[in-house]
Amino acid sequence: MTAKTIGQRTARLEDPALLRGKARFVDDIRIDGTLHAAFVRSLHAHAKINSIDTGVAAALPGVVAVLTRDDIKAVAQTDRLVVALPDRSYKQQHHRCILAGDEVVYVGEPIAMVIAVDPYVAEDAVTLVEIDYDTLPAATDCRAALAAGAPPVHSGATHNLIAEFASSYGDVESAFNDAAHVFKDSYWVHRGCAQSMECRGCIATHDKVHDQLTLWSSTQTPLVAVRLLAEMLGREEASIRVVTPDVGGGFGPKLVFYPEEAAVAIAAMILDRPVKWIEDRREHFVATTQERDQYWDAEIAVDAAGKILGIRGSLVHDHGAYTARGLTVPQGAVAALTLAYVVPAYRMDVKVALTNKVPVTPIRGAGQPQGVFVMERLLDRAADELNLDRAEIRRRNLVPAEAMPYKKDFVTRGGVPIVLDSGDYPGCQADALARADLNDFRIRQSEARAAGRYIGVGLANYVEGTGRGPYEQVAIKIASSGKIEVATGAAAMGQSTKTMLAQIVAEQLGGAMDQVVVTAGDSGKVTMGFGGFNSRQAVMAGSSAHAAAVKVREKALLAASHLLEVDAADLDIDGENVVVKGAADIKISLGQVAKTMAGAAGFVLPGNMQPGLDATESVVINAMTYGNGSAVVEVEVDIETADVKVTRVVFIHDAGRIINPTIVEGQVVGAIAHGISNTLYEWMGYADDGQPVTTNLADYLLITATEMPKIELGHRESPTPLNPLGVKGVGESGVLPIPAAIAAAVEDALSPFGIRIRQFPLRPNDLAAMLAAAGA
Amino acid sequence: MDQRTITLTVNGQTVTENVSTRTTLADFLRHHLHLTGTHLGCEHGVCGACTVLLDGRSMRSCLLLAVQADGHAVTTVEGLAEADGALHPLRQAFSDHHALQCGFCTPGMLTTLTELLRDNPNPTEAEVQIAISGNLCRCTGYQSIVAATLDAAKQMRLG
Repeated sequence: MTAKTIGQRTARLEDPALLRGKARFVDDIRIDGTLHAAFVRSLHAHAKINSIDTGVAAALPGVVAVLTRDDIKAVAQTDRLVVALPDRSYKQQHHRCILAGDEVVYVGEPIAMVIAVDPYVAEDAVTLVEIDYDTLPAATDCRAALAAGAPPVHSGATHNLIAEFASSYGDVESAFNDAAHVFKDSYWVHRGCAQSMECRGCIATHDKVHDQLTLWSSTQTPLVAVRLLAEMLGREEASIRVVTPDVGGGFGPKLVFYPEEAAVAIAAMILDRPVKWIEDRREHFVATTQERDQYWDAEIAVDAAGKILGIRGSLVHDHGAYTARGLTVPQGAVAALTLAYVVPAYRMDVKVALTNKVPVTPIRGAGQPQGVFVMERLLDRAADELNLDRAEIRRRNLVPAEAMPYKKDFVTRGGVPIVLDSGDYPGCQADALARADLNDFRIRQSEARAAGRYIGVGLANYVEGTGRGPYEQVAIKIASSGKIEVATGAAAMGQSTKTMLAQIVAEQLGGAMDQVVVTAGDSGKVTMGFGGFNSRQAVMAGSSAHAAAVKVREKALLAASHLLEVDAADLDIDGENVVVKGAADIKISLGQVAKTMAGAAGFVLPGNMQPGLDATESVVINAMTYGNGSAVVEVEVDIETADVKVTRVVFIHDAGRIINPTIVEGQVVGAIAHGISNTLYEWMGYADDGQPVTTNLADYLLITATEMPKIELGHRESPTPLNPLGVKGVGESGVLPIPAAIAAAVEDALSPFGIRIRQFPLRPNDLAAMLAAAGA
Repeated sequence: MDQRTITLTVNGQTVTENVSTRTTLADFLRHHLHLTGTHLGCEHGVCGACTVLLDGRSMRSCLLLAVQADGHAVTTVEGLAEADGALHPLRQAFSDHHALQCGFCTPGMLTTLTELLRDNPNPTEAEVQIAISGNLCRCTGYQSIVAATLDAAKQMRLG
């Protein structure tokens, strides 16, 4: 049977409303009587709070309430957000306060909440809340924070080591002792802020009639929010509904449940009025989670032919002041490092350091771009030292296609074995190089140099863990109208989640996309699930959608077989009807089947079947499926201004079976742009006292249209055996190899000066200093 | 707070409202007129999501006060010309080329590009890139937006 909708470039269901300005983002939700919240935030990276005086603020006309920790405590069972994913390697734990009372540990930490009739008045009143602080020494550099005598991030703690672990397998010592060559380098990597174009925000209302608390939040994880709120407020889960409306980008930080979401929900309960809070961009810089510094020391052991024998080293990771997610970023970084290659022995010792800064949690890629950067830079270094072609050393070490499935000797953070399930990594690299057609590049490069222009080329490979389990629930119901209603806790934030699920469902149920109505991210429609992160929704929600659609299809055919008195095997669903194969005029509409299956009082259901034309599935898949790809990047470096221009990106990737090529291309190109932006423009700066110094979009730069190179994209499709659709995740893919490939290209461009790139971001002032030091 | 009565044209309709003098044009459009298609991404004039046309010229509605629009004509994303039922060629091209993902920057892109295509019906790729260089998008990588604009320009020239 040829595919009806899967694999097709179907139009997105999301587009018409978004294009006409008719979408519903959180700040577009209007409920009569809504009050507006603004937060009083810490001005200091570390301080003791002596007193909070809300009197003047509360007296301002239009202010309804000023809430502090004591008000939270009176309502909630806990004044902390306990969300850390379990791990044995924690040395201590620090959970975020909903509102801080005794001590603040980063600039931007919420202390009090002003609620007023108008957001302008709420912001006025914020400036009138008087807080008496005693400032305390701050620990801001993650390496210095671990040194003896460093000021503790939290008063009362004896040190700033929050966790320590090693990712390790094989006989590392022998590998290095027996190696023909060992090369060692140190790296600094940093990714900054996610910068979704829509900041965070939420609105809560408490319906007294039904005693129902509803929170609309620009969150990636609505069903997780329900569980946390229920526990915090001591309420039954059924009395809480969390809805993710249209979301203006997530990119990771919106997967976290935040103090502001808890505070807004609590305020709506206390005041019995709807309460809305919309984050502004400055708050996004000081209160939304980030991915900051990692300092790596790493060495690679190779034999005379450049075959990898082992990799070892250490990593110090900036965790921020609290655990807002877990250890996922450093875990992701050290896990991603070796994935694409055969590395017989590996040991990475990781220290995770508390700092007096905003907590660190995953941003698109979640540590993997950092790990890939270190691996690819080590390979370039080894190739250069051995006088081997940089592509050739990779070809000799990539996991070969015939080795699939290839078991790595370590496990995910959840203890699940890491098994590369499918793909042809050397073939992918070969495709990328063929597409890039670099045969004349060295000629172009020497001609350019003769003209005073410095161009370079870089190559990087990646393997990405996608489809984080264990499940995501999907419910499908065909209504009497014939509409196919699909509901899931999977949350849409721009990845075309609704279209993707509709394609999977329509594939089984007639192919009529306009009959499918998808509700994503609404705990009122399904009760179990998580949401969107870790390139998981096509894999996890997609698998459940497929399984549920197959069940509904089987039931529709069986019911129709009774109604039409035709064997079910002779029936098919075509458009909105169940039809007899080869006799399409004998048919019954899906709506009619659904109506019949809803039953009529006193009448026997067709074939004495169970009622309804619906199914709910939570397909459990624990093993992750691994996508891969290869990037070739060309750059031109202006040695006068240290400006790096990416002139070309060739990107070949494999995300398994593709549900909609247009959507996949959009995800990959967007992720490549994110990677370029991370490499050349983005940096979240802090002064030594912990004051953030890049808190607007003029100081913190994002890539714009004029910096974008031409991107040439190619797909390979190696279906994974791990799910029935054969799909792998793709949302993060493009970010992973880009920093490494740009660094390699810049190094190549500047090879006459012997400059080595050991960091990203690679800011103009960094490169200018390197050029000056090299005498350029 | 100082209040003032302003009269302006919004998407072809005359509007008279009493507003606080410190209300931004963006907040006025969104929260007084409930035209929530205009989005606020940064409120300091960098991201471009709030771009509207003021007397036909693209402006940041977050950097204008509502009172400054008194006597002027404002066009928001909701007001971009569209034949009955069908999507405007620029909107259709955005959909065809997947030039929007989360759609948050899209209203600012559409208003900015409406001005471009009015003034320059046959732009080059570089001219489109420059036109939107003041509009940030975190999802698409811009490539599809540029392609959509060039396609829309072609369709609109063919009429």
